[in-house]
Amino acid sequence: MTSSRPIELVCPAGSLPALKSAIDHGADCVYLGFKDATNARNFSGLNFDDKGMAEGIRYAHDRGRKVLLALNTYPQADNWQRWTGAVDRAAAFGIDAVILADPGLMAYACKTHPGLRLHLSVQGSATSYDAINFYHKHFGISRAVLPRVLSLAQVEQVIASTPVEIEVFGFGGLCVMVEGRCALSAYATGESPNCDGACSPGKHVRWEQTPKGMETRLNGILIDRFADGERAGYPTLCKGRFDVNNETYYAIEEPTSLNTLALLPELARIGVRAIKIEGRQRSPAYVAQVTKVWRAAIDRVLASGQPFRVEAAWMAELNKVSEGQSHTLGAYYRPWK
Amino acid sequence: MKIALGPLLYYWPRQSTLAFYADMADAPVDVVYLGETVCSRRHELRLSDWLEVAEILAATGKEVVLSSQVLVESESDLKTLRRIVANGRFRVEANDMGAVHLLHSGDTPVRDWIAGPTLNIFNPTTLDLFAGLGATRWVAPPEMSREQIRALRDGLGHHMEVEIFAHGRLPLAYSARCFTARHYNLQKDTCEFRCLEFADGIPLKTREGAPFLTLNGIQTQSAQVHTLLGDLPAVCAEGVDILRISPQGANTPEILQLFRQALDGLIPPADALHEALPLLPAEPCNGFWHGRPGVELRLPN
Repeated sequence: MTSSRPIELVCPAGSLPALKSAIDHGADCVYLGFKDATNARNFSGLNFDDKGMAEGIRYAHDRGRKVLLALNTYPQADNWQRWTGAVDRAAAFGIDAVILADPGLMAYACKTHPGLRLHLSVQGSATSYDAINFYHKHFGISRAVLPRVLSLAQVEQVIASTPVEIEVFGFGGLCVMVEGRCALSAYATGESPNCDGACSPGKHVRWEQTPKGMETRLNGILIDRFADGERAGYPTLCKGRFDVNNETYYAIEEPTSLNTLALLPELARIGVRAIKIEGRQRSPAYVAQVTKVWRAAIDRVLASGQPFRVEAAWMAELNKVSEGQSHTLGAYYRPWK
Repeated sequence: MKIALGPLLYYWPRQSTLAFYADMADAPVDVVYLGETVCSRRHELRLSDWLEVAEILAATGKEVVLSSQVLVESESDLKTLRRIVANGRFRVEANDMGAVHLLHSGDTPVRDWIAGPTLNIFNPTTLDLFAGLGATRWVAPPEMSREQIRALRDGLGHHMEVEIFAHGRLPLAYSARCFTARHYNLQKDTCEFRCLEFADGIPLKTREGAPFLTLNGIQTQSAQVHTLLGDLPAVCAEGVDILRISPQGANTPEILQLFRQALDGLIPPADALHEALPLLPAEPCNGFWHGRPGVELRLPN
C-alpha cells in the first residue's frame, strides 16, 4: 500500500516582508531570487540584495525552515560569470538548495560546490522521467519541479520511475505554455523568460483609454480592449483577447489562476514531495493568505484518519487573490487541454 | 554552406506530405529533418512511414535526420522516442532532455547526434557539455541573436556544426493545450484532427486586425515569416554551417531555390528577398537575428 509522505509547502518570497509572511503562516520552504536576470521574476522592486538575503535566511533558519534560491534563467556567453557568481554567493550564504535550469550551470555547481543541493527548475522543461533522470545521472539533482503540462496519471508515472523528488505547482498564475519553451515575450518585446527572466515586462506595457475602451498594449501590440465596467487585466500576452477566423475570444488562455487544492489528497497519495505556490511578484498579503490556506489543507491531509474535505472558506479565500478571480485545474484536468 | 529542410511543423494529409517529400528529392537541399515533432495525435504518417520517406531521400544523396517530439508527456510518447533513438540507421535530432538521456545512456551510447533548437543551449559551457555526450551539431534556439551565436561559437572547446533557423514562421511556444481544438470548442482528445485543414496553421490577429501569431495545434508560431534571405552576407560572415528552412504550405521548393542561388552568388541577397516576398504566407521579419524583438524587420543596407 502506498502511504502518504510528508509534503513540503514551498512559498514565494519576492521581498523580505513576503518571506516573513510565508514563514509566519506556515511555509516549510521559501524560494527567492537575486535582484537581476539570474531568476525568472526579474522585475524592478522585487528580489533580494545580499543584506536582505542574509536576513531572510536567518529568519527562516531560526524557525527551522528552508530557503531555496531560484537561478533558473539561462546564462549566455557574455554574462556567464554573473550566474556562476550567483551560485557562489548562494553557497556562501548557506542556502538550502539552488533551483537551476541550465545544464552547464549545474555542472559548475556540482564541481565547485559538491555539497550544494540542486533542484531542477520548471524552466528546464523536463516533462518525462527520462528527462529528469538525465539531470539526476549527470548532476545528481535531488528534486525536479514539473512543468504545468501533465495529467495526474502522468505525474504518478514520473514519480514511479525516478529517484528524484517531484515538486508540482499547486496554486498561482498559470503559464499555459511549457515553461522554458516559450519565446512569445521575446518575439513581442525582445525580453524573454529564458534569458532575461521576464515575460511581458512592465516597461513595454501601455494602458490607454480610447473611445473604444481601455486598451492594453505590449510594445505597441494590442493585447486586449476592455469595455466600461470590465476589469482591465495586466497584458500578459497569452492572456489577451484576439481575433481568430473573425471570432474574438481568449484564444490561448483566460486570465485565471491554477488551483489544485481539490487534488491534494491525490497528490499526496502518488508521492508528490512538495507543492509550489507561484507569485514572487505578489504582495506579502497574498503570500499570507495563500500560505495559510494551503498549510491548513496540507495539515488536514497529513493528519491520519481524517477524510479530506475542501472547505468552502478555503476556496473563497484563494479565489479572492486569483488572477481574474477564477481558477482552473489546468492540465491535471484532461478536458482543459 | 548547407541548406537543411526543418521538420514539417504542420499536419498535412498523407498524400500531400508524401508528394512534398517526393519533390524534395530534386530540391537544392542537403539535409532533411523528418518526423512528427509537434503533436503525438497526428498520424497521417507513422514512424514506419517516416522511415520509408527517409530511405527514399537518403537514396537520392540527402542527409536524413529523424527529429524527436518536443513535448513528451505520455508513456506512448516515450515508446516512440525510444524507437527513434534506437533506429540504428539515421542520425537523431534530440528535442528534449529525455531524448538526450536515451541517446547517451542506452546500452550502446550514440556518439553522433544533433542538439535541437528546443534544448535551450545558450552558452558555450552547456554546448561543450552536450558535445561531450556525443552531439556533433547544434541548432541554435531561434530567439538567439547574431552576437549571441558568435559569442557561443567563439567560446566553444569542441568542433561542432552550427545550424540556425533561417526561414519560416517561428516556432515560439508549446503547450499541453491544443489551441486549434480550443478554437473549435473541441477537447484535445477528440480534436477531429482539425489541423489537417490548415496547411500554414490558423492566423491569430489582434483586435485591430494586425497579424500577430499562428495557432498550430499545441504549438504557437509567429504570424510573420522569419527570413534571413536578405541577411545572408552577415550570416555567412558568422561561419554558420547550415541554414534551416521550415516547410510552408506552398512554395517551399522556390524558397529553397532562392536561398541556394543567393548563397552561390547567382543572385544578390536583397533581390532574393524581394523575389521571395510574394511566395510567403505573410509579411517577413528578422528581429531575432538583429538582437531585436523577433517581430521586427530590419532591411539590409
